[in-house]
Amino acid sequence: MPTRHPTAASDVIVVGAGMIGAACAYYASRAGLSVTVLDRGPVAGGTTGAGEGNLLVSDKEPGPELDLALLSHRLWLELAPALRAEAEFEPKGGLVVASDETRLDALRRFAKAQGDAGVVTVEIPGDRLHDLEPRLAEGLAGAFHYPQDAQVQPALAASHLLRAAGARLRLGEEVTALLTGPDGAVRGVRTANGSRLHAPRVVNAAGTWGGAFARLAGTELPVLPRRGFVLVTEPLPRLVRHKVYAADYVADVASDSAALQTSAVVEGTPAGPVLIGATRERVGFDRTPSTEALRRLALGAARLFPVLAGVRVMRAYAGFRPYLPDHLPAIGPDPRVPGLLHACGHEGAGIGLAPATGLLVSRFLTGTAPGLDIRPFRPERFSPELLGETA
Amino acid sequence: MPLSTPNDPGAPAGRTESYDLVVVGAGPAGLAGAVAAAERGLSVALLDGDAQLGGQFYRHPAPGLGAAAPEALHHGWAAFDALRRRWEGSGGVHLPQHHVWTVAGERAATPGAGADGASWVVHAVTGPDGDDERSVAVRGRAVLLATGAAERHLPFPGWTLPGVIGAGGAQAMLKSGLVLPGGRVVVAGSGPLLLAVASSMVTAGARVPALVEASGYLGYARRPDVLATGPGKLVEAAGLVTRLLGRGARPYPRHAVVRAHGTERVEAVTVARLDGDWRPVPGTERRVPCDAVAVGHGLVPRIDLATALGCETRRTVDGAVALVVDPAQRTSVPGLWSAGETAGVGGALLAMTEGELAGTAVAARLRGVSVARPSARTRSLLRTRARLRAFADLMAAAHRPGDGWPAWLDDDTEVCRCEEVTAGRIGEAVEDLGAGDARTVKLLTRAGMGWCQGRVCGPAVACLATRGGRGAEQRPLPASPERRSPAVPVRLSTLAALDPDPGED
Ligand SMILES: Cc1cc2nc3c(=O)[nH]c(=O)nc-3n(C[C@H](O)[C@H](O)[C@H](O)COP(=O)(O)OP(=O)(O)OC[C@H]3O[C@@H](n4cnc5c(N)ncnc54)[C@H](O)[C@@H]3O)c2cc1C
Ligand SMILES: Cc1cc2nc3c(=O)[nH]c(=O)nc-3n(C[C@H](O)[C@H](O)[C@H](O)COP(=O)(O)OP(=O)(O)OC[C@H]3O[C@@H](n4cnc5c(N)ncnc54)[C@H](O)[C@@H]3O)c2cc1C
Repeated sequence: MPTRHPTAASDVIVVGAGMIGAACAYYASRAGLSVTVLDRGPVAGGTTGAGEGNLLVSDKEPGPELDLALLSHRLWLELAPALRAEAEFEPKGGLVVASDETRLDALRRFAKAQGDAGVVTVEIPGDRLHDLEPRLAEGLAGAFHYPQDAQVQPALAASHLLRAAGARLRLGEEVTALLTGPDGAVRGVRTANGSRLHAPRVVNAAGTWGGAFARLAGTELPVLPRRGFVLVTEPLPRLVRHKVYAADYVADVASDSAALQTSAVVEGTPAGPVLIGATRERVGFDRTPSTEALRRLALGAARLFPVLAGVRVMRAYAGFRPYLPDHLPAIGPDPRVPGLLHACGHEGAGIGLAPATGLLVSRFLTGTAPGLDIRPFRPERFSPELLGETA
Repeated sequence: MPLSTPNDPGAPAGRTESYDLVVVGAGPAGLAGAVAAAERGLSVALLDGDAQLGGQFYRHPAPGLGAAAPEALHHGWAAFDALRRRWEGSGGVHLPQHHVWTVAGERAATPGAGADGASWVVHAVTGPDGDDERSVAVRGRAVLLATGAAERHLPFPGWTLPGVIGAGGAQAMLKSGLVLPGGRVVVAGSGPLLLAVASSMVTAGARVPALVEASGYLGYARRPDVLATGPGKLVEAAGLVTRLLGRGARPYPRHAVVRAHGTERVEAVTVARLDGDWRPVPGTERRVPCDAVAVGHGLVPRIDLATALGCETRRTVDGAVALVVDPAQRTSVPGLWSAGETAGVGGALLAMTEGELAGTAVAARLRGVSVARPSARTRSLLRTRARLRAFADLMAAAHRPGDGWPAWLDDDTEVCRCEEVTAGRIGEAVEDLGAGDARTVKLLTRAGMGWCQGRVCGPAVACLATRGGRGAEQRPLPASPERRSPAVPVRLSTLAALDPDPGED
């Protein structure tokens, strides 16, 4: 039940009812804290409602992001089965294909390193590919199967996590200011309709708008938008069993280029439509349709699955991934504003990384050991002058 | 100079044939706009998904169906015929069965860029259902979007039974194939269209046992003082009512069909009286036997192509979303014009008026003519438009769906037919899960994700989404017009075969 009391206090205020805000609320509640979640729009109205729900370990090289992904993978499996079902969780596995021997070699090296870091990988020779994916194109050199890759429907995942959190939810309310005390410590937030909500901790889960929120809170976080398009086909019988993508994708994710990059991830959904995503471009918040992006996605998908060529695309949509310059999220307290925590900048992996992010945030909030090396995610890492003080 | 011969189906537009003006939609608005621009010397391409010119209002029998006198079914024929003849003499190119799926902006620096430095590529798939192999792109220095409107449907228990059809659909069936949906047709819903539909049914030989109108419209239809300010055709409304009554049609003002009955198909409906908010008044239900129900609640602008490009929208008096246009019919996006129902539903005459204004304005703009002093014709068109818009707003206010209409839904009434989503599930998404708009309801329930992409259930879902629920005291949330793209389905192979953009490599 939403509270009508204008000064109602809680232990934590989470700004943003996307996947990350939902996970933060869920784990904070489970740790015994009272939580209020605010969003200027509806639940999942930001990037969470405009992306896909791949929970991938396959596209991550060994390092901090993979550690988060592996932790998340475990946490997804620990969620109540009913909650997983509501989120349409499907442990379908990923298949990364290589068109020629050179690419397969590169993929093999990549998979080997991932294996050492705890990822389960299985090489599939070219002549066995059709056992896993009967409709895959002919003549591919080979592939790696990643059984840990899974999928959820992001908006359902976020809304059901929020419901399970039992947090107070205030929608349609924009946070316009951070309230601080004389000592500079957080006291709560003010919203557009003039309400003041009190809490000693505020979590910035504002996604792509996390930079704007940081500024409003008197600090800094260089979050930028990275546009992505997704194609949705007409409903089809199950043609695609795994998440299937070409090996070049791995290079795109880590790229620093602002140009359009495309490698189609093709996947079926329980309801029938096939999703083809996603492009990556830095063009600010421009939603106008890019026929070039659509062309490349379509081409990529039809190359992987020639059977899709005649299938109709019902819809194309765009979203804006929140990215930070080093492609890692910001998770943790901001030393510049005591009481403010950040949990944003997850780029193209926020759905997958949400549970680990939520758990880490709850541990910061309760003063428990994080259980993971959190230094790579420190929000102040983009302000070198601060690093010395807090290291 | 026009670029190719008009109406020559054998002359395919090359992949990127260029025109001064590309008009999307060949209804009264698009046709009038195309004629005005072509007669002023612009090269014009006129694209429509239909095989024939004329749009909704002039949807006429296909040649060869042997309809001896289509004019008996509609009175605007003469005006249409005149416009069509002018078009044929104008040198413009008609591209029938061209379904436009997107309009893409080109870089401002493109040589030969048109009005306001913009240049557009209009992409279409071809064939009766857009299923042909051939796809077409035409380039325009300016684009006029005249894509009309679609019927607004409000669900009720039993509305998915065979025999329950859209009022506009029934009319279109009658106009184009001269088929009656049944012998006894209940006509229901709200809006001036219902009278036209009932009248067509009666003229074609059906019985209309009930003409059910949710607002008090039938009352004001008898008031000549109000109607006198309206367009000629609507002045005929009073006459229509009289004629209908003479033919045994029973009017039920301030009533609604709240349930359709039947097993294989509809056999009867329950009609109930409504209170001021459109909530059924208990105890007023009565059963009316019938073979078909033609039901509609007015029209909502079809603006997918425009909203995908970020055109500004406004909420109309009756709660629909329409494009914002200026006195020259320009949208908020430079180089894009719009006319007719897209800018607000207002009837065929208003559509033609706006179309001509748009065509004239585009011609002036592209030829660099100053429009500081509008011509006498333009001034007269502007006056007509102001009068018709005011009248349209009056009608819209009278027929705005009352807030209480969802009271006639059961929890298990299907609201989205494609995905079989019930009113109960939508309620849950709003009450328990924090959905506050149509988009989130869609994400949480799949309402509007199916074949029709919410084109049927969208307005109803939007209504249900913004009522009650968690955080309700903060509502209404800002209206977020859905950006539905592509406007029609496109094959993956068509997308894959698009010209690569050299700038993106
Ligand atoms: C095309 C595309 C495909 C993707 N595919 C995947 C994928 O397969 N797997 C994956 O893991 N990730 C994917 N992503 C990325 C993923 O969607 C994001 O990382 C994730 O949704 C981020 O969640 P969030 O909660 O941080 O942000 P959001 O969902 O954007 O939530 C932030 C919320 O904060 C609110 N907000 C902002 N400022 C304020 C304020 N001042 N006051 C109140 N509220 C405010 C916003 O309204 C918004 O609802 C994809 C993204 C895109 C665009
Ligand atoms: C049953 C019925 C009865 C009516 N009776 C009356 C009446 O008695 N009096 C009156 O004044 N008005 C009446 N109207 C309203 C009248 O039809 C409209 O006001 C008028 O047709 C609007 O003209 P328009 O050009 O804006 O749109 P439309 O006539 O709707 O034309 C739009 C055209 O755009 C095309 N189109 C849309 N999207 C695309 C796309 N993506 N690609 C290609 N083509 C596209 C459509 O095929 C259509 O031909 C009636 C309407 C209906 C449905």
